Amino acid sequence: MEYLKEATFILRREIAQFWPYLFLVIFIVMAILSPWISPFDPDRQHLLARLKAPGFEVNGGVFWLGSDELGRDVLSRVIYGARISVFVAFLSVIFSGVAGTALGMLAGHHRGWFEQILMRLVDVFLSIPAILLAILLVAILGPGIVNVILVLSLSRWPRYARVAHAQTLSLANREFVVISNAMGATTLHVLRTHIFPNIFNQILVIATLEFGLMVLFEAGLSFLGLGVQPPAASWGSMLSTGRNYVSTAWWISTFPGVGLFILVLSANTIGERVGGLPKYGGTES
Amino acid sequence: MIRFLVFRFSQAALTIFGVVSLVFFLQRLTGDPVALLLPETATEDDIKVMREVMGLDQPVWSQYANFLFDTFKLDFGFSFVRNAPVSEIITSRIPETLELAIGALAFSMVCGFPLGLIMAFTARRQVSKWLMAFVLACQSLPTFWSGIVMILVFGVWLQWLPTSGTGSLSHLIMPSISLGLLSLATYARMTRTAVLEELEKDYIRSARARGVRGARLVRKHLLRNSLVPIVSISAIEVSQLLAGAVVVETVFAWPGLGLLTMQSIAARDFAVVQIIVLLGSFITVSANLISDLLYSIIDPRIRL
Repeated sequence: MEYLKEATFILRREIAQFWPYLFLVIFIVMAILSPWISPFDPDRQHLLARLKAPGFEVNGGVFWLGSDELGRDVLSRVIYGARISVFVAFLSVIFSGVAGTALGMLAGHHRGWFEQILMRLVDVFLSIPAILLAILLVAILGPGIVNVILVLSLSRWPRYARVAHAQTLSLANREFVVISNAMGATTLHVLRTHIFPNIFNQILVIATLEFGLMVLFEAGLSFLGLGVQPPAASWGSMLSTGRNYVSTAWWISTFPGVGLFILVLSANTIGERVGGLPKYGGTES
Repeated sequence: MIRFLVFRFSQAALTIFGVVSLVFFLQRLTGDPVALLLPETATEDDIKVMREVMGLDQPVWSQYANFLFDTFKLDFGFSFVRNAPVSEIITSRIPETLELAIGALAFSMVCGFPLGLIMAFTARRQVSKWLMAFVLACQSLPTFWSGIVMILVFGVWLQWLPTSGTGSLSHLIMPSISLGLLSLATYARMTRTAVLEELEKDYIRSARARGVRGARLVRKHLLRNSLVPIVSISAIEVSQLLAGAVVVETVFAWPGLGLLTMQSIAARDFAVVQIIVLLGSFITVSANLISDLLYSIIDPRIRL
C-alpha cells in the first residue's frame, strides 16, 4: 500500500508538471494528422442532419460532438481548426520573432540613426492597441489565411525588437563583445556567436507567451470575419456562427471554445513556468 | 523633474505624430476610396468632382500635410459613407464604450485586489496555487468565448440577464465581466507581487511582532505602500479595455466604439476607422504618460 501511495503522489506531481506540454503535443499532433484522424471531411455537408446534438448517428459514422447548421461534423471541424490555429500562430511567432530579434539586435549593436528610427518606430507600433492595429491592417490587405499571418507578424515584431535591443545594449560593454569588435569581427559574427546565444532565453519566453496570444488573435480576427474565411474551419469563425445558434445548438460554439481555451492556457502556463526559472531571468525556483 | 516632463511629453508627441503618419500612409495603400464610395453608374465627371471634394487630386505630400494639420486642429474629416462629420459619429458612441470600460474596470478591481491579497497571504499554501491557476485561466479565456458561454448560461438557460443591447444595469453585467476578466488577472497578479514584496519588509515584520494582524495590517500598513505599481497599471488597463471592447461589443451588440469599428470596416468607411485607431493610440500614449506621473505622485520617494 505504501508503494501505491507514493506512486500516486509522484504521478499526481508529474501530471501537474506536464499537463500543459501534454496538451500542446496533443494539439500539434491533431494539427499535423488532421486529415487522417478526423472522422468526416470537415466541409462535407449532411443537409438532412443539421444541428444534431452530440452522439447523433448518421450513415457512415457518428457526430460525436454534434453537427453544425450545414450538417458538418463539429469534431472534424474542431480538429481542422486546431490545424489552422497552430499553423497561423506558429508561423506568426517565427516571422515576427526572427524579424523583431534581428532588427532589435542590429539596433542595439549599431547605435546611431538606425537605432533611433527603429526604436521610435517600435514605440509607434506598440502604442497602437494590438487588436486595432491588426484590424486596420486586415482591413487594408483583405482577409485570408496568408494575410492573417502577415498582419500578425507585422503587428507583433516590435515586442521582440524592444527586448532584443535592451538585452543587446546590456551586453554591449561585456568583454567578449568588446574584444570581438576590437578584433574586427563582422556584425554578423558578433551578433550570431556572442549576442544571440545570450539573449535567446528571453526571446524564447516571449515567443511562448506570444504563441498563446497569436492563437487568440487569429481566433479573434476570424470571429470578427476578418481572418480565415469560410468554409475553412477556424475556431474563431465556428464561434462566430455558433453564436447565432447558441440557444438551440450549444455544441457548435462550445467545443471550439474549449479547444481554444485549453491551447491558450497550455501555452500561457508553459510561458509562465519557463519565464519563472532563474535561467530565463525569473526568480521563482 | 521639469527636464523629465519635457522629455516624456516630447516623446509622447513624437509617437502620436508617428501614429498619424503611419495611419495616413497605410490608408493610401488601400487604393482609391472614390471607386468604393460612388455607385457603379457614376460618370467620369462624378469621379473627378468627388476626387476634388476629397482632396485626392492634390499630390500625396500636400494631402499628408493637410491630414496632419487637420488632425492637429482636431478636425477629423467627413465620413462620406455615413454622410456626417467623423467627430460627430465618434463622440456619439463614446459614452457607451466608456460605460462598458468603467463597468469592466470596476469588476476587475473589486475582484482582482482581494484575490491578489489572498494569494499573497496564502503564498505558501495550496490555496494560492489553485487561485493562481484560476487567474491564469481568466487570462487565457478568449473574450468572445466567455461572452458566448455567459449568454448561453445566464441569458438562455437561466434567463437572468438580457443577452444583448444596452439600457439598464443588467445589460451591463455580462459585457463587463467578459471584458474585465483579463484585467482581473492583471490586477490579481500585480497585487500579489506587490504585497509579497512589502510583506518581507522590516516595518511589516515589526508591526506583526506588535500584534497587528488581518484587516488592520492591510489597511494601515500594507495598502498604501503596495499601491504604487497597482495604481499605475490602472491607466494602462484602461487603454487595454478600450481595445478589447471591439470584440466584446460585437458579441453583445453593444453600440459603442468597438461595434462602430466593425461596422465601419464592413462598410469600408476608412475615415472613421483611422480616427478610431488614432484615438486608441492617443489613449494608450496618454495612459503611459499618466502612469509615469502617478508613480511620483503616490510615492514621493520616486524622483523624476
